[in-house]
Amino acid sequence: MIERTPWLNLVTHAILFTGLFILVVPIYLVIVAASQTLPDVMAIPAKLLPGDQLLVNIRAAWEEAAFGTKFTNTMILPTGVVVGKIVIAALTAFGIVFFNHRLRMPIFWMVFITLMLPLEVRIVPTYAVAANALSPFQTILDVTGFSWLINAVSGIEVALEWNLLNSYTGLIMPLVATATGTFLYRQFFLTIPDELVEAAKMDGAGPLRFLWDILIPLSRTNMAALATIMFVVGWNQYLWPLLIITDPSYGVAAVELSRLVPNMNTTGGDIPNWHWAMAGTLIVMLPPVAVVIFMQRWFVRGLINTDK
Amino acid sequence: MADISIRDVRKSYGKDEVIHGVNLDIQTGEFVVILGPSGCGKSTLLRMIAGLEDITSGEITIAEKVVNHLEPRERGCAMVFQNYALYPHMTVADNIGYALKVAGMPTAERIEKVKQVASSVGLTEFLDRRPGVLSGGQRQRVAMARAIIREPEVFLFDEPLSNLDAKLRVQMRHEIRRIHNRVKATSVFVTHDQHEGMTLADRMVIMNKGTIDQVGTPEEVYNAPATTYVAGFIGSPAMNFLPGRVLASHAAVVLEEGSSLPIPSQAAQTMDGKLVQIGARPEALSLCRPGSGTLTATFEFYEELGSEGLHHLKIEDVQFSVLSENKMRLDEGTQIGVTIPQEALHIFDADTGRRIEISDPIHAIETA
Repeated sequence: MIERTPWLNLVTHAILFTGLFILVVPIYLVIVAASQTLPDVMAIPAKLLPGDQLLVNIRAAWEEAAFGTKFTNTMILPTGVVVGKIVIAALTAFGIVFFNHRLRMPIFWMVFITLMLPLEVRIVPTYAVAANALSPFQTILDVTGFSWLINAVSGIEVALEWNLLNSYTGLIMPLVATATGTFLYRQFFLTIPDELVEAAKMDGAGPLRFLWDILIPLSRTNMAALATIMFVVGWNQYLWPLLIITDPSYGVAAVELSRLVPNMNTTGGDIPNWHWAMAGTLIVMLPPVAVVIFMQRWFVRGLINTDK
Repeated sequence: MADISIRDVRKSYGKDEVIHGVNLDIQTGEFVVILGPSGCGKSTLLRMIAGLEDITSGEITIAEKVVNHLEPRERGCAMVFQNYALYPHMTVADNIGYALKVAGMPTAERIEKVKQVASSVGLTEFLDRRPGVLSGGQRQRVAMARAIIREPEVFLFDEPLSNLDAKLRVQMRHEIRRIHNRVKATSVFVTHDQHEGMTLADRMVIMNKGTIDQVGTPEEVYNAPATTYVAGFIGSPAMNFLPGRVLASHAAVVLEEGSSLPIPSQAAQTMDGKLVQIGARPEALSLCRPGSGTLTATFEFYEELGSEGLHHLKIEDVQFSVLSENKMRLDEGTQIGVTIPQEALHIFDADTGRRIEISDPIHAIETA
């Protein structure tokens, strides 16, 4: 329904501009604060025009928070999540859509249910697993009595352990195992005409060949969309890294940023370094923004599925 | 050598049986057209030959080898699909050469072969393009080339021309026949278009609700349709049907409104009293003055077909049409006579719909 009356136009534009204002002003304030000296930032009334200290502050923030290593870590995390996610999502969706077996719907629903259990909800059990990734197997062995049996027969006590705390694997794995990607891929695979599958069969391509030669190239835009979303999600991870990383050499930017924000620990009660914190915020914001801007075209195409 | 033999093949989806025990032998190098309306099971049969559909029971052999449990790629068939099913992300050359790539042919050899096949179907200048920018006819050619390049023993066509416009369809039809004459591979072509069937086929298979009604050359099928179904399906405009009863005393079939169509007395003797359907093709009939023909009908309307005209008549409540070069226009409701030559009659059992042969040689006359 499209209505065009002057009044409605006015109202809609008013709402639009309010929204824009709410979105843009905080970012503007970040830029302003990041470009001023400390006295200017603290001045009352606040100075709302940018100063000339932007590069100085950025350098200071970079060194203060040791963003050098943090950025490497922060690149490894989303990259790992993106790659892992795409591989798992494509394979799971492939199995669910193109093979006719009895477990296909149960598997799909099991994957789907994980949408309702995001990491934040299951963070305690996930932590327990990350502390020893083999503990579920240990439990199975203990409950079924195999541990006892092995112990009785060979005298070896079964104690499986694989600690994922303070490791990239631990950072990445729990974020990979979610349903969004599988769901997106499934929807895409469902749009592939049956005849294409059959043509590939007639041409002699087996399932893996079909996946590699036909589906993967066709799903490029889909992949780009998923990569964009997952990169941003991975980059912005805060709670999970905060929880499992205690070794600063594995720290990620989002967590480190919080350490720049003034509190008793960072300033020891001194005047808080807001200008550095804001400069740090700018630095941390840039990579996801760049990715989104760069990937925008494919991202939209991937989500609306027109490139076929 | 790749003759196809289909032995009592059935197909069920759950409890619904869609193919009810089909038997068919296709000779090496033969061009067989499977014809029938949508839902008659013709595509399912083709897909079972291709290996894209499981065979519920029965047996299919290709070149004397039972293929029931072979993968499509192991059956030596190539298939052309209705929507072409080209790989949208590959160039025309890659599309054509994909099967060879999968088979592991060296790149240089493959490219050479692709060029050769592409030039044989007139695609040389399009090799670098994607299917998305090609016209329907060109896509069709790519689909053909993709099948030809594998040098298969069997070609399967699943309504490949139905997405083309009328002119292109005729053109591609000729193209397919030319290719068949050149490569001489066994071909099975599924269509619902009787013109495609008549023009392409060495032999036609007419399917109806999951069974085969008739197998024969186009002439046989046209001249001596085995059932009322085949008779009504083949031929355009469609055959006329009139219900009647055989009376030996008249040596004729007596129609419901009273007029009688003479048949050989011997035939009339053997089926005295039988209820039949009389079939007569519009092109075998002619118009005459009321009272002077075989029967009298009421004129309804006229259709101009260019070289001829189609007169729509009514006898009692039965629709009836006569194709004639005589383009006279009559007023609705006018009485008019129709002449039905005895040799133009097809007689079908009213209960079973099966053809009753009265005297064979006569039917050869109407071929023209």
